[in-house]
Amino acid sequence: MSGFDQFKEVFITEAYELLDEMEQKLLAIDVDEPDNEEINAIFRCAHSIKGGAGAFGFSRLIAFTHVAEFLLDAIRNHQIALTRDIIDALLESVDVISAFLASAQSGEEAVEGIEDELKASLENLNKVNGNDVVEEEDEYGIFDEAALDEVFASNKRVVRKFSIFFKPEKDLFLSGNEPLFIIKELSRLGEMEYKTDISKLPSLEGLDPLECYISWNISITTDQDISRIKEVFEFVEGECQLDIELLEELQDNSVATAVDDEAAFGLFDDEPAPVKVEVTPKGQGVVSKPLVEKAIGNKNSGKAPAVSSLRVDIDKIDKMVNMVGEIVITQAMIMQRLKEVPAEYSESLNKGIDELSRYTRDLQEAVMSVRMQPVKSVFSRLPRIVRDISKKLGKKVNIIMQGESTEIDKTVIEQLADPLVHMIRNSVDHGIESPQKRLEKGKPEEGTIVLSADNSGGRILIEIKDDGAGINREKVKQIAIEKGIIAEDANISNEEIDLLIFAPGFSTAAEVTDVSGRGVGMDVVRKNIKDLGGDFEVDNRPGEGLTFLISLPLTLAILDGMIIAVGQEKYIIPINSIIETMQVSRSEINNVKGNDSVINVRGEFIPLVSLSAIFDVQNTAEESSKLLVVLVEYARNKLGIIVDELLGQQQVVIKNLEENSDPVEGISGATILGDGNVSLILDIAQISKMQAANKRALGIDKKVA
Amino acid sequence: MENNEIEVLEGASLSSNQQFLTFLVNKSIYAVNIMNVMEIRGWCETTRIPNSAIYKRGVINLRGFIIPIFDLKARFVGELTKANEKNVVIVMSVRDKTIGILVDAVSDILTVEADEIKTDPHHSNEKEVDAFVDGLISHDGKMVITLDISKIFAEITREENALSDVK
Repeated sequence: MSGFDQFKEVFITEAYELLDEMEQKLLAIDVDEPDNEEINAIFRCAHSIKGGAGAFGFSRLIAFTHVAEFLLDAIRNHQIALTRDIIDALLESVDVISAFLASAQSGEEAVEGIEDELKASLENLNKVNGNDVVEEEDEYGIFDEAALDEVFASNKRVVRKFSIFFKPEKDLFLSGNEPLFIIKELSRLGEMEYKTDISKLPSLEGLDPLECYISWNISITTDQDISRIKEVFEFVEGECQLDIELLEELQDNSVATAVDDEAAFGLFDDEPAPVKVEVTPKGQGVVSKPLVEKAIGNKNSGKAPAVSSLRVDIDKIDKMVNMVGEIVITQAMIMQRLKEVPAEYSESLNKGIDELSRYTRDLQEAVMSVRMQPVKSVFSRLPRIVRDISKKLGKKVNIIMQGESTEIDKTVIEQLADPLVHMIRNSVDHGIESPQKRLEKGKPEEGTIVLSADNSGGRILIEIKDDGAGINREKVKQIAIEKGIIAEDANISNEEIDLLIFAPGFSTAAEVTDVSGRGVGMDVVRKNIKDLGGDFEVDNRPGEGLTFLISLPLTLAILDGMIIAVGQEKYIIPINSIIETMQVSRSEINNVKGNDSVINVRGEFIPLVSLSAIFDVQNTAEESSKLLVVLVEYARNKLGIIVDELLGQQQVVIKNLEENSDPVEGISGATILGDGNVSLILDIAQISKMQAANKRALGIDKKVA
Repeated sequence: MENNEIEVLEGASLSSNQQFLTFLVNKSIYAVNIMNVMEIRGWCETTRIPNSAIYKRGVINLRGFIIPIFDLKARFVGELTKANEKNVVIVMSVRDKTIGILVDAVSDILTVEADEIKTDPHHSNEKEVDAFVDGLISHDGKMVITLDISKIFAEITREENALSDVK
């Protein structure tokens, strides 16, 4: 990659970020009372994108962004009042800019004319409001004047001059306060001069060293406002006489001297140069200006702001995750070998291995946490979608998002985006009724969609809840029969009807709109979620609303597993799903209607499934009088799995089985054990379905249980 | 002719020459295009995949990747290879997937001209094989059947699904 390309990459990534920011700010802004700061921020986004584009000669992007920027400029200068139409147009221009960026990234020219219509309407908005777009004559170069302005704008600050009279009470020292620190901190805010009044200082014999006799007259020139100055004296409030007065306020182009708050509280390790005070007998102390400047200058130029984040190529992280996975496997292998070593040698080695495994686990957690991202990155796209669709359909929908900071693996997030968008579209299109209908039903005119994410038992729960019409079961059943998804005389439960919406080819929409209704969708959504190892639940309350509950694994890479044996075969059950293991004697198993075995665990009847039966395993120990049952939980259901033996607990690296092979029912993936052999990881939700299906095939009604 | 051989020795595929790896399954000689072959390894125990067809012997760990192993004999004549360490697994890349096929032994590498490969597909002894035959090569007076592994693979997966449905 040449240097230029590299800069281009940086520009594009940053432009996307700015664009995101712009979009979010546009969505959040209050049309009637727009916050000037917000409009400024939006303007700056557009401006920075234009500036950057200039450096790379993306002329169409520049020309287009310029019009949008011009409009924003007029708004921030109160020449044009913000309207909903303007926001709509600006949001659309976000899309157009995004298209330009995409083409800049791929190196292809963007489709001819994608910007024309919008550009015209933006220009029109400008004109209507008597604000003719001035063509920009500037030749953009790397040193684009506009961009430079932007840089300097941050330094062009209002500078205020304050006078402060600070007279501590006599017993100030008793509360542990030290005026010197306060004055030092004040000196960081700006250029300071002060006079120390020591006239109250008694003669040496009359002096009580525990009392304070001194007061100060300070004048300070700073870009901070009065509240920041008051903050400095926060701790001595009520223990001193303090008068702060604003003397003058002026625009200043000289380098502002603010030091950020954090620095002031000593996050930087270097102490500022000591403020040197020359005290003359009658107290005419003047801080030598160069020293203050030096102290402050150090702060401003000597240290770049602390780097709090770093952009890393995702490939590098994936490589790390893989390596850690291999370490975990190798370690398991060593542990396995160690069992063969005589005890007198293995003891000390075991200690070392224990320590190593602790570090490996920490390392693995650290690496995984790098991959974790807040779900916000997906959630944040949704308000825009809700807004656009509801507008198109003439509905009023409010979206509430909760738990946006819940973190989840990056791969999961990426693959979650499409299903979420789809379900939200569905909720708005099919779920939420039109305002009139809602009013008729006695619901508030505005529909609500609540999107929430939560961490629970090693899984992420995502809930999409709307207060719309819910699924009309009669209609769904009818359509399913028409489309041949179910037989006409099929006798299915309400829950099963609800699940029909996930059947391939199913669509409830009477006509195909461009919002939804093509019948490809919910089945894809379900498949995506399944592919991620997730479960899906629908809670349908016709007339009141519909709730989708998605439960996803935290990470796709490593899990804690219980290795179990059935016959000669070893399988892995994710520890997260295990509630307990227990020995059950045959007499405790209740046979409900033929083959359907359940056990009573503290008053709760839990269905049993025999792994050897569903997986057709030979030579099992199932004939013994006591059975070993692993009690597992999945998506609020419980299940007892009959196994032969528990072999121990181990961290396992999840390997994709389907990469080279077909999916296997009841198996979510595979891993490599310490002996180098492959072991399969059980998919609890599927296993319970296999058990249910087995029974149905045998003609046994499962509902009796 | 001499020129041609030099080209082949250099591994160039400029000419119409093709190279095949031949192997034995149930006493017949089969061949696969060497471009598909990734490596040859000894047999090792596999992990059984529940509810799969008998010719799918299970999966193994190939340096961290999990690959399925198919038993060609079981596929062709419905009888499992009694595999021991003398048996060989040919690891192949087929349509972006990596799979292993269990055979009795590998024997040779053949270099043949394209026009030496006959494409009449109805000449094998085993009926089951016909569907996967890509061509026939006559070598040292013996008939070598070249297999289209991608066909076998597609066949295997399709049939397997059908089988598990029946179950």
